[in-house]
Amino acid sequence: MAIREDVLVVGGGLAGMSAALSAAETGATVRLLSHKKSTLRHASGLVDCLGYSGDDGPFADPYAAMDDLPDDHPYRIVGESAVREGFDRFDSVVGDSYRGGHTDVNALIPTQAGTIKPTARYPASMAAGLASDTRSTLLVGFEGLSDFDAPLAADRLAAAGVPFDVRGVTLRFPKKFRADAKLTRYARALDRDEEPDKDRAPRFDGVRRALAELVRPKLDGAERVGFPSLIGDDRNDEVRDDLEERLGVPAFELAASPPSLPGVRLESRFLAALDEAGVRRTTGNPVVDYESADGAITTVYTDNNGQRVPYGADQVVLATGGLVGKGIGSSRESVREPVFDCHIPHPEDRYDWSATDAFGDQPFARFGVVPDDDLRPLDAAGETEFSNLRAAGSVLGGADFAAQKCGSGVSLATGHVAGERAGALI
Amino acid sequence: MSDADTTPTDASDESFEPVDVFSGEPMDLRPGADDCYKCTTCDTSCPVAEVDDDFPGPKFQGPEQWRLKRKGDDDIDPSINACSNCMRCDNACPSSVPLSQMHNEARGAFVERQMEKLSTEYIRNRILANYHTSAWFASKLPRVANFAMNFGPARWAMEKTLGVTAEREFPAFAGQTFREWWAERGGAHVENPDKRVAYFHGCYSNYNTPEVAKALVHVYEHFGYEILVPPQKCSGTPMFANGMLTDARRHARTNVEELAAAIDDGADVIASCTSCSMALRQEYPELFDITDIETVAQNTYEGLEYLRINEDLRGAVEEGEVDMPDMAYHAPCHARNQGLDRQAVELFRDLDGVDVEDVGPSCSGISGTYGWKEEKYDKSMEIGEEMFEHMEAGAGEEGMTECPTCAMQMEHGTGYEITHPLEVLREALTGTSAS
Repeated sequence: MAIREDVLVVGGGLAGMSAALSAAETGATVRLLSHKKSTLRHASGLVDCLGYSGDDGPFADPYAAMDDLPDDHPYRIVGESAVREGFDRFDSVVGDSYRGGHTDVNALIPTQAGTIKPTARYPASMAAGLASDTRSTLLVGFEGLSDFDAPLAADRLAAAGVPFDVRGVTLRFPKKFRADAKLTRYARALDRDEEPDKDRAPRFDGVRRALAELVRPKLDGAERVGFPSLIGDDRNDEVRDDLEERLGVPAFELAASPPSLPGVRLESRFLAALDEAGVRRTTGNPVVDYESADGAITTVYTDNNGQRVPYGADQVVLATGGLVGKGIGSSRESVREPVFDCHIPHPEDRYDWSATDAFGDQPFARFGVVPDDDLRPLDAAGETEFSNLRAAGSVLGGADFAAQKCGSGVSLATGHVAGERAGALI
Repeated sequence: MSDADTTPTDASDESFEPVDVFSGEPMDLRPGADDCYKCTTCDTSCPVAEVDDDFPGPKFQGPEQWRLKRKGDDDIDPSINACSNCMRCDNACPSSVPLSQMHNEARGAFVERQMEKLSTEYIRNRILANYHTSAWFASKLPRVANFAMNFGPARWAMEKTLGVTAEREFPAFAGQTFREWWAERGGAHVENPDKRVAYFHGCYSNYNTPEVAKALVHVYEHFGYEILVPPQKCSGTPMFANGMLTDARRHARTNVEELAAAIDDGADVIASCTSCSMALRQEYPELFDITDIETVAQNTYEGLEYLRINEDLRGAVEEGEVDMPDMAYHAPCHARNQGLDRQAVELFRDLDGVDVEDVGPSCSGISGTYGWKEEKYDKSMEIGEEMFEHMEAGAGEEGMTECPTCAMQMEHGTGYEITHPLEVLREALTGTSAS
């Protein structure tokens, strides 16, 4: 077979990319196969570690809370040091474009919905917005931008008891777009400092200055200004600096619901790191089948409209995601892992998969493959499914990522461990 | 008589009857529309929505418009014509909604039912979509055509009367087409019933860049393949993008018939243009119901991809050496959807004598005929700006891409000369760059 690598990683999200980087660092040749563009573009750009467990939280120190997690939680399987190594890897990829690496303590980041999220790492663009900071705050939204209602978000933050005064205003963006303009349209206008419309900002050449002049009279003593996550894209830092300089107060972005530009920016940093590390990437077609011999996977197949392309490898990492990412699938009868058909324990009666309280303790949220200490998925009898297959990220069971706010950390930690061990066996 | 000699009557024949493109059972895109959960990731991946305030984005053009249409016989929104058919939304959708299929179908319906057939826009689009035909005429007198097509007053008149931008230089027509060259050399130099490929060269490498097609021939013969060059027409890519589905279907019929016959003779199909391979693999089975169309789709590969799968290409490249300037590589959008966007960069990383740098995920902005339209030209250049900047920031002073129209745009925006990966591969394998 022609296309062959030491380590094959299936899945291009945070777990898969971390696994590929850690495997490449061992000297192994690595290929990352992903169906679609990375799921990081569906993410907020925040990188959490552990925020809650059951009724406890938000945690100030996620590491201190790990010991109390259930035994089958991925953090308990790989251990605290692996979590730290996973975050070290993350820090080396993102450099100073992210903050939070100086401490174990969670940061509290306000979102566009007016909620607060405990998180371990956050984009530099959000640094001035920390909810633990007591500076009075103005939130600025734009007419027509349906994802963000600044006055509502401000009210919700105030209701949550944040230790600062917060107000929200909705302004007309200095350049008129169609009513449902995409956030990329705003970001581009700021990136390129396009000319504003005369009827909205008659006196200024660029939208950045025009925007600052629209915000200035609304400041009214506010010591910082929050914007939705579209303050520039490629030139995010430059746009933010420009606004700060003109307004005389720090500016920040609020964490957004997907798709968000901070997620897209994070994706491009990881792609650059993969390129740097020599990881080969194939994106665009799903992995649908495999061949095995003597209990080990030898080949996986991608599918392109019925055409199959074989990829050979000595070691394989499964990082296809969970229920949302489609690494775990379900029918009315059962829950399964669709690529290698790894065992996923679940109650026989599907009415036991979910709890009636929507925000309650949902069994389905913890569905996933069950790994041994080496992250190798186990079958129903407790034997390894394949001797050379490891799993990472949300395809693993035992964690409730949405409730515990631990998805990114689990991906980083298990991705790192799975990739490093796969690479070390070459 | 070559197939090219039979072509021009097709598109110049205006007496065609608009036929129901989706004959038989009406196509039901309901499952695709239902799979959309409105995450809007497609909208953030759309290069047109980023610059065009009149364009509502792929989510509207696809599932939303599809649902609205179910209610009755509402018109298709004319903004469908602003979609450049780059198909980036397909690759972005986490739910595998067939966005480009929905766009193609809506655009076809718009052109068939709502577009004035005597309008300048329709005539212009039809001419652009049928590049195959214009190129056939031009190839008969290439030097005259090269002069006439870029003659200032003629271009001014074309812009004023037809809306074809005068900002671009028309690509030069080769003195000898690839098919003429192929006939002159006596066809295949290798016979091998066990390793046989049918080459879909497409219009551009036949009429404009036969060097790419010749490079493919040399590379494949180097690996011992017998090459068939079946009669063929336009892949349909520019026709899909202009909603000319009737034209596209007629061309597809010939292509499917000829390529299926080659497959019957033991060949796999290869293409050197990533939009051609995209059309044969994805758009054909999505849009048309023609006997053997799935067989053709399942047996079609891009030229480099096929060798990566079937030969030790990496090993061969590692042993080779070239003497070439550093190059800035741009991955065409249509290459991305086939999973091919990284193969050239990764392959040539192991090749001595050339440094190839990926200029990133931006769209070139030309999208075939889109950037040739007078009213789209500025947007096309705005979309391409990021690519131009990255090309100029990189070390290379020349460019590389698989797509002929991306190559036009790269050259137009930077003045760089643009090479096809197969040309680099030929030099690496055979030590020669000439034919």
